[in-house]
Amino acid sequence: MDLQTMTYLVVGASFALYIGIAIWARAGSTSEFYAAGGSVHPITNGMATAADWMSAASFISMAGLIANMGYGGGLFLMGWTGGYVLLACLLAPYLRKFGKFTVPQFIGDRFYSQSASTIAVICLLVASITYIIGQMTGVGVAFSRFLGVSSEMGIYIGMGIVFAYAVFGGMKGITYTQVAQYIVLILAYTVPAVFISLQLTGNPLPQLGLGSNISGTDISLLQKLDQVVTDLGFSQYTTATAGSTLNMFVYTLSLMIGTAGLPHVIMRFFTVAKVSDARSSAGWALVFIALLYTTAPAVGAMAKLNLHATVNTAVGLETAADGSMKVNPEVVKAKADVYATEASLVYENRPDWMKRWEKTGLLKFEDKNGDGRIQYYNDKTKNDAAKAKAEAAGWKGNELTVNADIIVLANPEIALLPNWVIALVAAGGLAAALSTAAGLLMAISAAVSHDLVKGVFMPNISEKNELLAGKISMAVAIVIAGWLGLNPPGFAAGTVALAFGIAASSLFPAIMMGIFSKKMNKEGAIAGMLAGLFVTCFYVFAHKGIFFIKGTDFADAIGGPNSFFGITPEAFGAIGALVNFAVAFVVDKMTKEPPEHIQHMVENVRIPRGAKAVDGAH
Amino acid sequence: MDDQGKAYWSATLGLLGKILAIWFVCSFGAGILFAPALNGISLGGYPLGFFFAHQGSIYIFIALIFYYAKAMGDIDRKFDVHEE
Repeated sequence: MDLQTMTYLVVGASFALYIGIAIWARAGSTSEFYAAGGSVHPITNGMATAADWMSAASFISMAGLIANMGYGGGLFLMGWTGGYVLLACLLAPYLRKFGKFTVPQFIGDRFYSQSASTIAVICLLVASITYIIGQMTGVGVAFSRFLGVSSEMGIYIGMGIVFAYAVFGGMKGITYTQVAQYIVLILAYTVPAVFISLQLTGNPLPQLGLGSNISGTDISLLQKLDQVVTDLGFSQYTTATAGSTLNMFVYTLSLMIGTAGLPHVIMRFFTVAKVSDARSSAGWALVFIALLYTTAPAVGAMAKLNLHATVNTAVGLETAADGSMKVNPEVVKAKADVYATEASLVYENRPDWMKRWEKTGLLKFEDKNGDGRIQYYNDKTKNDAAKAKAEAAGWKGNELTVNADIIVLANPEIALLPNWVIALVAAGGLAAALSTAAGLLMAISAAVSHDLVKGVFMPNISEKNELLAGKISMAVAIVIAGWLGLNPPGFAAGTVALAFGIAASSLFPAIMMGIFSKKMNKEGAIAGMLAGLFVTCFYVFAHKGIFFIKGTDFADAIGGPNSFFGITPEAFGAIGALVNFAVAFVVDKMTKEPPEHIQHMVENVRIPRGAKAVDGAH
Repeated sequence: MDDQGKAYWSATLGLLGKILAIWFVCSFGAGILFAPALNGISLGGYPLGFFFAHQGSIYIFIALIFYYAKAMGDIDRKFDVHEE
């Protein structure tokens, strides 16, 4: 069966499964719509949370990012997993005990203030909507690359599928489709990784393969990679940091508290039956996330070595007769000269997968020195030895441009895996994008129908009508998300920093103080949220333009890019959180204590006993 | 809050302090601040600092959450505030 037919079959089957679940899991009450009925098993919820959390970016782009960044890419690995420790110990069990449907409702009730709740709704909407743009474009990308349909068509199909299970099933439909989507995406991610690890190291587990020797040699894979990339003028793979150590530190912290503060993740923990389930469920979520997150660095490093080996025979992997990569132990051990003329691959002899990906524009070759061979190296290196060797060899600049996404998307083709694996990767990319999009849509529609419609405008709305309002706002949110996916604003890439920045600087500190500081009052919380939000937006906008409008950036006015101790805007959320805590503390000391009943409420939230099913009463 | 309640909360905070200390030491410590020093030590083919940043921290995070869930359950029962 040819690849195209196989891909249609596998993706079609996965979609049929999601629709089947949608029909089975319709929501008949607000409890089912917002909290999946409140009795999801902790392991089931962990799996759904993992799919909810792992987005198109985690699936498609992260391994490539790590391959490019080397050691410094660890900030994504630690940041996006370490947040679950904070979520498990500081937020999830207490919010579950509180027992309401949404995050803004907790903030509004705890700080006895409609304004606090409204600020939280705004933060939630901005964070979730900016985040969803990337998911919808991810759906379009997966469709156009693998199924040969236009990315617009892909987004319409994606919207249709999400509509089917999110509008009718609410959180209940989303939960069970996310479980199915997790299984699809994790298989799609790990199967190619196992094959590549076997080919390079003989060890089937990529996590162990990354720390193993290359087959038939006593040279470790990372050692070889370090040697090859430094020879070619790149930074050493295992030590390259992302900016300064301080920046890496703050960036990691920002991703951790941003992760813990993202409403669509927190919301998942309202679906379990008990406080103790919320604790263990966070652990299960991290187990399922770790399956992908510990595989990603292996995929990144191995694919990077593979790629260098494909275009440079001195690396020591050779292309076997059938086209697959095979280790040549003698060459690996010899550490042959990568600048030797015949080491560079002759362009005409390039493997088929390179030809295919050249058509997509993700891979580009330009023969700068006209020798018909591919020279792939760092032509802007500060390594003088490498520079001198390249010049001596007659290299006139790097000739191969590789989009980071190829690392995952082309992985099965590079390793010559069967067509069904390639088809599975397409289905996996779609599962990752759709599951995260659905979780975000759930957070958005709950904030609109529960916190705004019921909380502010129509407090006496009947349950039936609130359910209807929830479904309508879900449908509207899908249309808006689809529109944004079809017309991605030029600033789309920069907005992810804003989503994490907002979650880290406004929502996380407010929730945490609501639980851990009994005396924190509404004045302190509101001032803190606004201050955290303001400094974070100020710093991000200074670099990326006010509301991301081109030409309105003012980084020079605040002392140049990254002027705050060399910290990049993406990493600034943790600083915003610190400002939030500090301002809240000072304002709290100057204003009067929260009322007695609020302090009792906090005491009650802190103990598990008496936890009941989540409900929506305001 | 009565004495029993205060004792429960301080036991909780004590556990949290321990958990977060390990969380900090393995990621920000071994994975970032001390990574260059630890890279001198090898774990199989992994330089140790690199290992913590790309693998080790994640495994420790998982262990921490399950330990927390279990230890918190014990504290709940000890102070008789667990769920029925």
